Formats: sequence, structure tokens, C-alpha cells
Amino acid sequence: MSKNKILYEEQLNGACHWSLHMRKGTSLRLTDIEGGANVGMLFYNPVNLLERYNAPDTLKCQHTFKLQKGHCLYSDMGRIFCSIIDDSVGWHETVCGNTSAEMVKQKWGEHSYQDYRNEWYQNGYNSFLVELAKYGLGKKDMAANLNLFSKVGVDEKGDLKYEADNSRAGDYIELRFEMDTLVLMHTCPHPLNPAGDYPRKPVAYQICQAEAVQEDDYCKNFRPENQRGFANNDIFHLGLGGRS
Amino acid sequence: MIQESQLQPEQAVFRETVVAGDYFMKSVKAGQTFRILDLEGNQAADTLFYNANDPTERYSAVDTIREQGNVYLTAGTRLMSNEANVMLEIVADTCGRHDTLGGACATESNTVRYALEKKCMHACRDSWMLAVAENEQFGMSKRDITHNINFFMNVPVTAEGGLSFADGISAAGKYVELKAFMDTIVLISNCPQLNNPCNGYNPTPIEVLIWD
Repeated sequence: MSKNKILYEEQLNGACHWSLHMRKGTSLRLTDIEGGANVGMLFYNPVNLLERYNAPDTLKCQHTFKLQKGHCLYSDMGRIFCSIIDDSVGWHETVCGNTSAEMVKQKWGEHSYQDYRNEWYQNGYNSFLVELAKYGLGKKDMAANLNLFSKVGVDEKGDLKYEADNSRAGDYIELRFEMDTLVLMHTCPHPLNPAGDYPRKPVAYQICQAEAVQEDDYCKNFRPENQRGFANNDIFHLGLGGRS
Repeated sequence: MIQESQLQPEQAVFRETVVAGDYFMKSVKAGQTFRILDLEGNQAADTLFYNANDPTERYSAVDTIREQGNVYLTAGTRLMSNEANVMLEIVADTCGRHDTLGGACATESNTVRYALEKKCMHACRDSWMLAVAENEQFGMSKRDITHNINFFMNVPVTAEGGLSFADGISAAGKYVELKAFMDTIVLISNCPQLNNPCNGYNPTPIEVLIWD
């Protein structure tokens, strides 16, 4: 785990959603407390909300289907929102989307707020809708999201396989932000999670002061594409008045 | 899965050739079938779909992949919307596999993938930006440009989690045919990419045919 100084720490219980603004040069470390967590996540540029996380560009720019340490998470404008600077999991997925209310009902039954208060069965789609609406965004703006801590493999025929034991208690991922970023996240179950009972897995998160990015930075040099992504961020920050 | 069509081009109610670097944007009615034909081979058709009566409902790559439990699209695939409705079904396919992971080319992502100097080369997303600007009747904007299908493109995923851009498995005369389950806006960019093998480094025309 990185030695970055912790500025703030907090916990997000299972089946919750939240959003926060991360500054360039800070990092967000997420830890799976019990094992089997899932964190749905989306990114937006606060100065132009039309710029958002782009899963296809992230995958094709780095010739990867899974996400792990070294990978950068790209916007649709060729810039890097954040880099995965540390990761004990090794596989995070970004192509399976969210649970919906109907899907949750079919898989796990109905647990309404009326009957269960905050132990209700929340779903990922509505969680993102609520967080998006706080910033004037809506379902049009809901791009393909990350599902951190979750692995979905693909066989030679293209069939998906959800791996139930991908993330263990104590596993973590740390995202270093390379530009100011609006982060939306939820801890609702992965849509392919076959668990018999509705999974409600908490995640701890820490906001840290990241060390400055050096020329020999692992993520920046992980792929030649990432060097160009960092260059695009530099140009963007020049446009903001050179604030680095 | 290879599945040939019984439909005859002479009986189509609409035919239009779309040259490389251009876009196609048109509504098809529920029940109509349309074909995208690769005229000269190895061409990529980057395609998005919207509910014509409410374009906030649109093709969703993640819902389609998850609901069919497979990353590749072919005959039998039901294309799902972000509202979990079936929008279209692939009813014929002489290519056998199409991609929906790789997204479209954009000038900005070209700078990352190839070189910063490539930033002014024509790209699919520019065609879509022009399409939404020139077709105000649909009320769409950049917010509506989401993750697309790459018809005729082959992007295999490995068991280890790698992603590659293989040579196209399309050829002159290959086609994919879809039946609409709702009134659907079809938005295609006939891909102008010159930097990778998705078009065989030679972007060529496609034809769109529609049958009642």
C-alpha cells in the first residue's frame, strides 16, 4: 500500500451511494472491508460535465479488458482522470453496468424503504441517477461505469464468467487523480453476483495527498499511450492558466 | 453465427450508399428490417440506436453484453436499451462476429492511441457531432453520443484479460441485418480511421437497405 499521507477517511456501507470532488494530486484509496465488495464508479470533469469516463477508450487505448495497477482511466477527450497507482486485487471490470430495480427484485426479492428503512435493497442504476441529478445530469449522462473489486472473465467463445472470490477482506485499490474530477460511486452489488442473499458489502475510503508524478512514474510509463494521455492533461492544465 | 437473409435487395423500400467519413441518420419503424452491407470489404460501421419516440432511451452496450452473457454480437443477439428493453435483434449476419467493446474513434483518443500530431484526422465522433448538429429535429447533442457497436470489427478478448484489434473478418458483400422492435433512430458513422487495420487502412463505402 502506498505511503501517501491520509487527509480524510470514511466508510461507505453496502448498498449506498455518494459523490465527491477529487483534486488533481490527491488519491482515493478504497478498501474492501469484508471481501466480495463492488464499487460502481463514474467520473466527470467539473468544468465541463460533458467530459466523462469512457470505458471503451480506456480499454482500447491500453489494449486491455481488465483493469489493474498501471492502468489509467480515460475521459472521452483523451485525458486521464486518474491512474491506478496501487491495487491488491488485479482485476476490476468495466463492461457489465449496474443492477436495476427490476433486476434486484427478480434476483433477491423486494425490500422497500417503507418496510426496511435504510436496509432496503438499493440498486446501482438508481444510485447513479440520484448522484447525477445533484449536478444537473441525468440518464443520458450515465456512461458505462467501473465495477471496482469485481472480475468478469471471458472465455474463447466470448462467454462471461463472474468470479465470486476476486476480492478478499483487506484488498484495496488506490486511484491518483491527474485532473480535478467529480467522482460518483455506489456500493450496490455487481449485477452478475449470483449470491443467494442480497450482498451488502461495506468499503472504507481514504483521501490521500499523492506524491508528485515523476518522469519514471509506473502508470505514466505502463503504456506509451499513457505518456500521451499525460501530455494531453498537461495541455489541458495550461489552458486552465498553468495550474498544475 | 452465420445466418443468411432471404430478403431481396430489389424489394427494399430504401437503399442508400454511405461513403467513408460520412454519417447516416434515419428512423426505421418497428417491424422494419435493415441491412448494413460492406460493399468493398474490411469496413467498420460505428453504429448507435435510439428510441425514436424518446431518444433518452438508447442502445446500451453494457446491458446487451450482460443480458446475453457474451461480449460478441452476432445473429440472435438482442440489442438492449438502457431501459432494459429489446430495441433490435440481429436476424442475419454473414460476418459472424461484431464488436461493442472498442467504442468509436475520436480525434482526442487518436492522440492517445497513435500520436498527438494525429489530432486533426477525421474520426467517427466528428461525424456524429455533425449528425446531431445537422439534424436538430431529433433534439440530440454530445450527451447522446454513447458506447456504440462496431459492425464488421473483430476485437477479441483473451482469457488473461487482454484486448486486441484483429484483422477484420468482413469482406466485400458481407452484411448484418437487424429487425427493429421499436421505432428506432439509426445513427451510423462510416468509419474514416486510417491508423489501424479496422478498415484495412482503406475506408470504403457501405450500403444501407430497409425492408418493410
